[in-house]
Amino acid sequence: MKYMLMMNAPGSGPYQIGGWPRKDIQAHIGFMIAFSKKLHESGELVGGEGLSAPDQAKLVRADRNGAPVTDGVFPESKEFLAGYWIVDVDSPERAYAIAAEASAAPGPGGEPLNMAIEVREVMSGPPPDLL
Amino acid sequence: MTEPAFDPDTEHLLRDLAPQVLGAIVRRYRDFAASEDAVQEALIAATQQWPREGTPANARGWLIQVAARRMVDHVRSESARRQREQAAALDFGQIVAATSVERAPDHDETLTLLFMCCHPALTTSSAVALTLRAVGGLTTAQIAHAFLVPEATMAQRISRAKQTIRASGVPFDAPAPRARAERLEAVLHVLYLIFNEGYTASTGSSLQRLDLAAEAIRLARAVRHLIPDDAEAAGLLALMILTHARRDARTGPAGELIPLPHQDRSRWDRVAIAEGVALLTDTLSQGRVGPYQLQAAIAAVHDEAPRHQDTDWPQIAALYGLLERMSDNPMVALNRAIAVAMVQGPDAGLALVDALAAGGRLAGSHRLDAVRGHLLELAGQREAAVAAYLAAANRTTNTAERTYLLTQAATLREREGG
Repeated sequence: MKYMLMMNAPGSGPYQIGGWPRKDIQAHIGFMIAFSKKLHESGELVGGEGLSAPDQAKLVRADRNGAPVTDGVFPESKEFLAGYWIVDVDSPERAYAIAAEASAAPGPGGEPLNMAIEVREVMSGPPPDLL
Repeated sequence: MTEPAFDPDTEHLLRDLAPQVLGAIVRRYRDFAASEDAVQEALIAATQQWPREGTPANARGWLIQVAARRMVDHVRSESARRQREQAAALDFGQIVAATSVERAPDHDETLTLLFMCCHPALTTSSAVALTLRAVGGLTTAQIAHAFLVPEATMAQRISRAKQTIRASGVPFDAPAPRARAERLEAVLHVLYLIFNEGYTASTGSSLQRLDLAAEAIRLARAVRHLIPDDAEAAGLLALMILTHARRDARTGPAGELIPLPHQDRSRWDRVAIAEGVALLTDTLSQGRVGPYQLQAAIAAVHDEAPRHQDTDWPQIAALYGLLERMSDNPMVALNRAIAVAMVQGPDAGLALVDALAAGGRLAGSHRLDAVRGHLLELAGQREAAVAAYLAAANRTTNTAERTYLLTQAATLREREGG
């Protein structure tokens, strides 16, 4: 079963990496690289991406003619999606364990950040006998 | 699909033969899309059979024969389909003995293929993908992996590209002399994009990706070989070689970006630098200077400085000045600002950056903020430099560059002593 693990970073508070000391930035990024590598090597990583900064984000809706109407930029939001992983695992418990590991990524002073990681199961296709 | 699993020599041979085989098949059957599929199948058959049975003595003939057989099957099934649909007669003329297709390698066909794959009717991403497959002899899986997209996505992109070529009615012929220069420019641009993709994406977080930069150099060598008298084709090859020579020094152990001033120059590839400089010197003496040659000349000035402080900045500033007049690219103007700062001091550079920012063409570009941060740091304005680095970090979409900019800001802040 596949799960999407969404890393939601708070718009304010400790995940303001630009203000961290140099060694903490390096420890955090080193952790993230090693984390992805480990998931890749265990054969559980389906995909994942980091997203660029939220202040460039736009909300898009179609107008009556289907043309894009953009809304934004949103300078201050409570939380924003910083990145995600999709993992293919045997149980929901395994997905939660992976999420907990990501949640404990080191922050300022090497302390675990304990970020909220939203875990959602990815819908699968219909079983073979329904096709 | 199985990846090629034999020694590099055989893979090289296979990849060199791919465009020749495709050229021979397209010339006979005129159907580019179907021919390209047939050649891919022949290449895959080779990757499966050759390791087991040994590389055939006439590898080219073997591939042509297998691809031609696939084409015959394709023509037969197409004819059968048409017959069913319209009761049309079988087009027996299309079905020929596979061996009659072969003739001596024709280098012009590789060039014709390149012109076709880099046709202006295609989007650049399509042209890049098609060039790597049809001329580079890579599998769809390898190309997809290199660009970090699913294989199905890349297969669709290639298939759409071939449909576009078919729909636009581009014949499989060399372009007319008048259009040739323009079309050649498009070919060089596609190779340049392939190189840049490989160059900027080569970070530690990427896992065993195909070396696109090396692939671009291989293709640029082929183009240089096919049209030895074109100064810009030679200039592009020199630029790639001179830039690629620094690859080992560009990243640290964790994949972090190391900028030019801090690179360990003993890790630069001296053999490659010598080759690039010789090629460039030879080309510049012909007297038809273009943008690729100028960029290569700038790379050569950097490569020839034993230490960063030995860099001939007046020379680099002058070369960027020439390039700016030729290309009207704001990124060139931005790079010239750095060179001017090194010659006349950071304030002169900052004045140029401010003028560029006011011009608005680089609005929202992280490079503008990154350069400003660098120049402010040189000028000793630490607080402003930190702010500029952070603004750049917030705007870049490249992970390695973001890490570098964040680290720069943190380092400066700590040097201030809190």
